[in-house]
Amino acid sequence: MSGPAVSLRAVAKTYWRGGQPVPVLTDISFDIQHGDFLALMGPSGSGKSTLLNLIAGIDQPTGGEIRVDDVDIARLSESELADWRARHVGFIFQFYNLMPVLTALENVELPLMLTSLNRRQRREHAQLALEMVGLAERVGHYPNELSGGQQQRVAIARAIVTDPTLIVADEPTGDLDRKSAGEILDLLDRLNGDLGKTIVMVTHDQRAAERAHAIRHLEKGELSALEVAVSRPVTSEREGGG
Amino acid sequence: MKFTNIPFHYIWRNLLTRKLTTLLTAGGMALVVFVFAAVLMLEAGLRETLISTGQPDNVVVIRKSAQTEVQSGVQRREAAIVESEPNIAVDAQGDKLISKETVVLISQPKKSTGRKSNIVVRGTGAKGLALRPQVVLTEGRLFRPGSSEVIVGRSIRDGFHGAAIGDSLRFAQRDWTVVGVFDAGKTGFSSEVWGDSEQMLQAFRRTAYSAVVFKLYDPSSFEAMKTRLEADPRLTLELKTETRFYADQSEALATFIKILGTVLSIIFSIGAIIGAMITMYAAVANRVGEIGALRALGFQRRAIMAAFLLESLLLSLTGGVVGLLAASTMQWFQLSTTNWQTFSELAFSFSLTSGITVRVLLFSLAMGFIGGFLPAARAARMNIVDALREG
Repeated sequence: MSGPAVSLRAVAKTYWRGGQPVPVLTDISFDIQHGDFLALMGPSGSGKSTLLNLIAGIDQPTGGEIRVDDVDIARLSESELADWRARHVGFIFQFYNLMPVLTALENVELPLMLTSLNRRQRREHAQLALEMVGLAERVGHYPNELSGGQQQRVAIARAIVTDPTLIVADEPTGDLDRKSAGEILDLLDRLNGDLGKTIVMVTHDQRAAERAHAIRHLEKGELSALEVAVSRPVTSEREGGG
Repeated sequence: MKFTNIPFHYIWRNLLTRKLTTLLTAGGMALVVFVFAAVLMLEAGLRETLISTGQPDNVVVIRKSAQTEVQSGVQRREAAIVESEPNIAVDAQGDKLISKETVVLISQPKKSTGRKSNIVVRGTGAKGLALRPQVVLTEGRLFRPGSSEVIVGRSIRDGFHGAAIGDSLRFAQRDWTVVGVFDAGKTGFSSEVWGDSEQMLQAFRRTAYSAVVFKLYDPSSFEAMKTRLEADPRLTLELKTETRFYADQSEALATFIKILGTVLSIIFSIGAIIGAMITMYAAVANRVGEIGALRALGFQRRAIMAAFLLESLLLSLTGGVVGLLAASTMQWFQLSTTNWQTFSELAFSFSLTSGITVRVLLFSLAMGFIGGFLPAARAARMNIVDALREG
């Protein structure tokens, strides 16, 4: 794999409220290498979730270029972007966003509905993903029969089942107690360390951020600093539109 | 091509999860479907009754411009000219299968209300029975020619006073003894009283028959025969196949029932559509987060649209099936009403045909489609980020 997993150049995002432009992100440029685990931090309204959404392809920038595995996702049509997300991005949300009427196995199987796998293959993949997150015994349980930590593990299984290029996590421990949060972070560690998954995580929690290789801070829509965690590989530094 | 790649069990279980709302919405739709199906079944039952009254190779001859036998008059000399036609079938004895009939309306009290209602009295003969194989004498015997005896249709025996075997019916200043009961299936003959044609002419002081009915030797020659006889200057008669004749009689009542019923159904369906729309809007509002997650996972807008539309269609189909099942029980009931074209009592049943089943289910699906379209479009149009934030 040559080149960075994610490359942002002069990315900007402006919302319009009541006819007035509200800049949320301005001139964001940096790279994320394959196998990196990056935490995005910053106060509320700093634009960290917006940045995550742009990297994940669920929002479009108003300026700049976002390349993921050398594909400029800012230029894809909405329909192409949906296909691209299905193949390349695994999502972990703060409130899990599982389908309450589907069992753990069916929830994990959901992204595979967009692949060419047959039913048996889908079931096998989903079963394997649930085994990886330690929920092999809970395949037939509905979300309301699982604890918050278990639901988030189902969501992680759903995020990895398609073997995506990139995993994006928006406050993955924000709704969990400390013990469950620790288990989820251990799991993300394993996905990154053992499976080499590239992870971008937005968090308010310093302890969660410290699990990442690097932490980027956002302040009023601008990248303010890069912290490198101890004994971790370094995310390449190419700030300022390089 | 698949309708949507969102799993069917996701759609179906979402309906089951909201049991009460699903039940109430589907129940509302079931009621509308019930009314719509009942109206169509009523119309079909009426048409079936009157159309099956006729035989396709029988010809009814009536006076020109008369719509019914009651309004018609066929003079004896005209009947004789018709009888001389070569293209009339003969029975095993070599006798022509032709019946010169007198049709008169009388009124008798109904068992159910005690009020008088019109009944058709048909003066005919043994040939009249032979011409109508659907008419079967089930009890008693046939009236004797030249006597004041009558046989009655099953609906008359069941629906009117004094119409059982041994009873006597008083009309045309005579007492007529009921000597037999006939079953004519679902046909209009079941609502008639039959006696000897010549006796009826005398009793009602008529000089002309009402109609002449005969069986064609070669049914394909009907058009040529019709053209010739209707152009004959000695005759002022009109020829119709018996099937066409009775179909024409059902037209006005059947059309009225259909138009009234359809208008009512459409008005009710607007209520049901609004009900479905409210239900589906609520379903969309409750699942904003799920919609956002599905879109983030890569499901296209059209897949979301299709999933919610399918949910609405399933809802309406459930209502449709329940309404149809309820309507199908109406087949056990028999109705009787006055046919405005003949002013006579006509008994008929609700009839559920495969065509009605298809139309009713399509109608319920149309309600689901119209009711579900806007909510589904709203779900499909949602912005992913906003949906994830709101959910």
